[in-house]
Amino acid sequence: MSLLLTKHPMPEQEVTARVENFDEVTLGYTLELAKAEAERCLQCKTAPCRKGCPVEVDIPAFIKKVKAGDLDSAIAKIKEVNSLPAVCGRVCPQEEQCEKYCVLAKKGEAVGIGRLERYAADTARNKGEAITAIECSAAAQKVAIIGSGPAGLTVAGDLAKKGYKVTVFEALHLPGGVLMYGIPEFRLPKDEVVQAEINNLRKLGVEIIVNAVIGSTFTVDELMEKEGFDAVFIGTGAGLPHFMEIPGENLNGVYSANEFLTRCNLMKAYRFPQSATPIHVGKRVAVVGGGNVAMDGARTALRLGAEQVSIVYRRSEKELPARLEEVHHAKEEGIEFQLLTAPTAVLGNVDGWVIGLQCVRMELGEPDASGRRRPVEAPNSEFVLDVDTVIIAIGQGPNPLVQSTTKGLKTNKKGNIIADIDNGATSKPGVFAGGDIVTGAATVILAMGAGKKAAAAIDTYLQGKKECSL
Amino acid sequence: MYKILVKQQLAPSVQLFEVEAPLIAKKAKPGQFVILRVNDHGERIPLTIADFNREKGSVTLIFQEVGASTLELGRLQQGEFLLDLVGPLGKPTHIEKFGTVVCVGGGIGIAPVYPIARGLKEAGNEVISIIGARSEEILIYEEEMAAVSDQLIITTDDGSKGIKALVTQPLKELLDSDKTISLVVAIGPVIMMKFVAETTRPYGVPTVVSLNPIMVDGTGMCGGCRVSVGQENKFACVDGPEFDAHKVDFESLMARQRMYKPHEKQHSEHIAGKREEGCKCHSH
Ligand SMILES: Cc1cc2nc3c(=O)[nH]c(=O)nc-3n(C[C@H](O)[C@H](O)[C@H](O)COP(=O)(O)OP(=O)(O)OC[C@H]3O[C@@H](n4cnc5c(N)ncnc54)[C@H](O)[C@@H]3O)c2cc1C
Ligand SMILES: Cc1cc2nc3c(=O)[nH]c(=O)nc-3n(C[C@H](O)[C@H](O)[C@H](O)COP(=O)(O)OP(=O)(O)OC[C@H]3O[C@@H](n4cnc5c(N)ncnc54)[C@H](O)[C@@H]3O)c2cc1C
Ligand code: SF4
Ligand code: SF4
Ligand code: FES
Ligand SMILES: [Mg+2]
Repeated sequence: MSLLLTKHPMPEQEVTARVENFDEVTLGYTLELAKAEAERCLQCKTAPCRKGCPVEVDIPAFIKKVKAGDLDSAIAKIKEVNSLPAVCGRVCPQEEQCEKYCVLAKKGEAVGIGRLERYAADTARNKGEAITAIECSAAAQKVAIIGSGPAGLTVAGDLAKKGYKVTVFEALHLPGGVLMYGIPEFRLPKDEVVQAEINNLRKLGVEIIVNAVIGSTFTVDELMEKEGFDAVFIGTGAGLPHFMEIPGENLNGVYSANEFLTRCNLMKAYRFPQSATPIHVGKRVAVVGGGNVAMDGARTALRLGAEQVSIVYRRSEKELPARLEEVHHAKEEGIEFQLLTAPTAVLGNVDGWVIGLQCVRMELGEPDASGRRRPVEAPNSEFVLDVDTVIIAIGQGPNPLVQSTTKGLKTNKKGNIIADIDNGATSKPGVFAGGDIVTGAATVILAMGAGKKAAAAIDTYLQGKKECSL
Repeated sequence: MYKILVKQQLAPSVQLFEVEAPLIAKKAKPGQFVILRVNDHGERIPLTIADFNREKGSVTLIFQEVGASTLELGRLQQGEFLLDLVGPLGKPTHIEKFGTVVCVGGGIGIAPVYPIARGLKEAGNEVISIIGARSEEILIYEEEMAAVSDQLIITTDDGSKGIKALVTQPLKELLDSDKTISLVVAIGPVIMMKFVAETTRPYGVPTVVSLNPIMVDGTGMCGGCRVSVGQENKFACVDGPEFDAHKVDFESLMARQRMYKPHEKQHSEHIAGKREEGCKCHSH
């Protein structure tokens, strides 16, 4: 049998149709396509692909089940270690993780591991997975989880399965973290996928309390001393967006990507006025940054009716940190790329609205601390991009509320919580942390990996605590 | 779900809700706010905690119906529920014994000034309050403010109650008198707060204002509530809402508050249209 060097493409919405709607762009494999793609896997004994996955999904084992058409076993295999496979299959940067290490990637394209994972998860969900609540005894120890992003949800799922009484506290009115407010509907459907996965956790017995800001409604110390929680996990994610610190950033028409995307995703502003939250998008939009967040901002602006959308990024295409698929989709949809370009000022009119983005061109100089060549300003290269909306997607600092109200919780210079990389332990006994609040903005699966390790450590800690009190 | 225990009309288009929210009542301090949603398609609406009752487990909200979302809120009846309510948000007012303090409240801003004046009074300060409104009809919280103030001065634009003046006039007279004023707290329309800041600036009297930029999450995540204070970006929901009035860029705040004017009109028309159709999802 000759080896197919390329992945089976996944069916997608036509470009012309999809830029007019917020429905999911990729449609997922059919059973035939999934089986055919599963055929490509060589079932390597050493399974090099697994070491690229932060939670070490048993990739060859689940693919073997897909190939045999036994989807129940396939999803069971994945769920042993990954409680959000429909999410990961869609948003993991596979080319940097599992698929990077696939042996097939040496000669051609890797096995479409993410696509198969998604297929298995979607099939199980559409069929209606049977989930039985885990009974927890009256004596079960209580764990509080702060933040319902992928890190918190992973800890919640793992500990509920072990019989702990788990309560998740979420500041917003819906759980999911960035999965709800950041990543757009057209990449990750909110009701069908995110809330469905979260409902599975509820069925397991996890309690989720929304509209609860820890640090205010309760402090961490109150949770432990007054509310009877035996351990706490902090997964509060990335917080306040960075701005460029250039003139004009407070003009009307300048958004942080967080605000722009939150209005659109969490508040459903794309349905305005049926949804009450407004969003402004002009005719010509510049999105500053080159990561997933920037691509999401750009593609969202396009769908909201912008005529021309440009990504403004100070390095070259090679350094774009976004997932390959996102860059590819963005280009297909007609997003322009102003590479090696850095903004120097946002220009405004007398009424306080954006009328342009002043930029300079950059050249790549010597490598910097990150090993990437540092962009330096090209002389006399100033020019103005004719835009009326600017979306800034250059990163975020940590969410500050918990750190500033918790005694004895150590943070680093940037304000991130310091936690042990292997078990999530913080400087405060009984308090664990993981995800973006510890690492700074990273990925869904890394946050889940951190959650996984913390859940195991919390289990060990609580068993020890129980023995002491016996 | 958060039950509306009491609904009261304070003035034309100004409502008071006392809402059941034991966890928030337990923690609330003067100067803090909540964010609420009326229904599933609703905006997140920030409102100051005008009062709280820890025993009863309730918070009081006073709001003016200025647009579609506050109008929808105002249509809820006693006994009905808010869908979402989160708080207390923002930093509490810094309260200690300063000496003589002046509390200035304009229009709907009188409501949030009230718990601050009460807190300052309880801390042993001499509290002089100046409250102002366009006319007597829309002046709220007069009795409540009188109860927590050593002296209460009322101004109206049309002279229908108290002195016919803007709040800044009696404020200036106080600053010119031989009293030593240690602190001025002012809450009201941005333009009023700006003029209060200009009035106290030459006297060097510390002045605190509570800012209300357009917010979304209110938890320090979106960056939408940024205001320029002393040339620096501050986030009103987590760094504020109170700031040193002499450092605030009021012009930029006012411009940013106008950002959604066309959308607000469109939304109001949409809601009005729905109501005529008798659409269930908007009726209560
Ligand atoms: C627009 C965008 C696109 C992205 N695209 C991708 C992608 O394609 N692939 C990928 O792998 N990663 C992507 N990421 C990154 C990824 O989403 C994050 O790394 C991941 O969500 C981090 O998970 P977390 O659990 O640490 O925190 P979050 O997902 O940030 O969740 C934290 C939660 O905690 C809540 N919270 C905060 N403070 C409190 C408090 N005091 N009390 C109660 N609750 C609180 C927050 O409201 C939030 O719901 C993207 C991020 C963004 C913003
Ligand atoms: C911290 C804070 C405390 C507040 N406390 C009170 C209060 O105690 N009583 C009260 O009556 N009002 C208060 N407000 C203002 C109140 O939130 C707005 O009047 C309300 O959100 C308007 O909504 P709308 O849809 O009815 O009006 P719209 O027609 O949508 O807007 C009318 C005006 O209100 C402002 N506004 C609109 N949306 C928001 C938003 N999401 N956040 C802030 N401002 C907005 C804008 O300047 C706008 O031009 C407070 C605002 C903040 C930020
Ligand atoms: S979880 Fe992510 S990294 Fe792991 S196998 Fe699945 S797609 Fe690959
Ligand atoms: S490395 Fe590639 S081919 Fe080998 S088991 Fe993993 S997915 Fe299959
Ligand atoms: S309202 Fe979003 S950061 Fe303040
Ligand atoms: Mg509104």
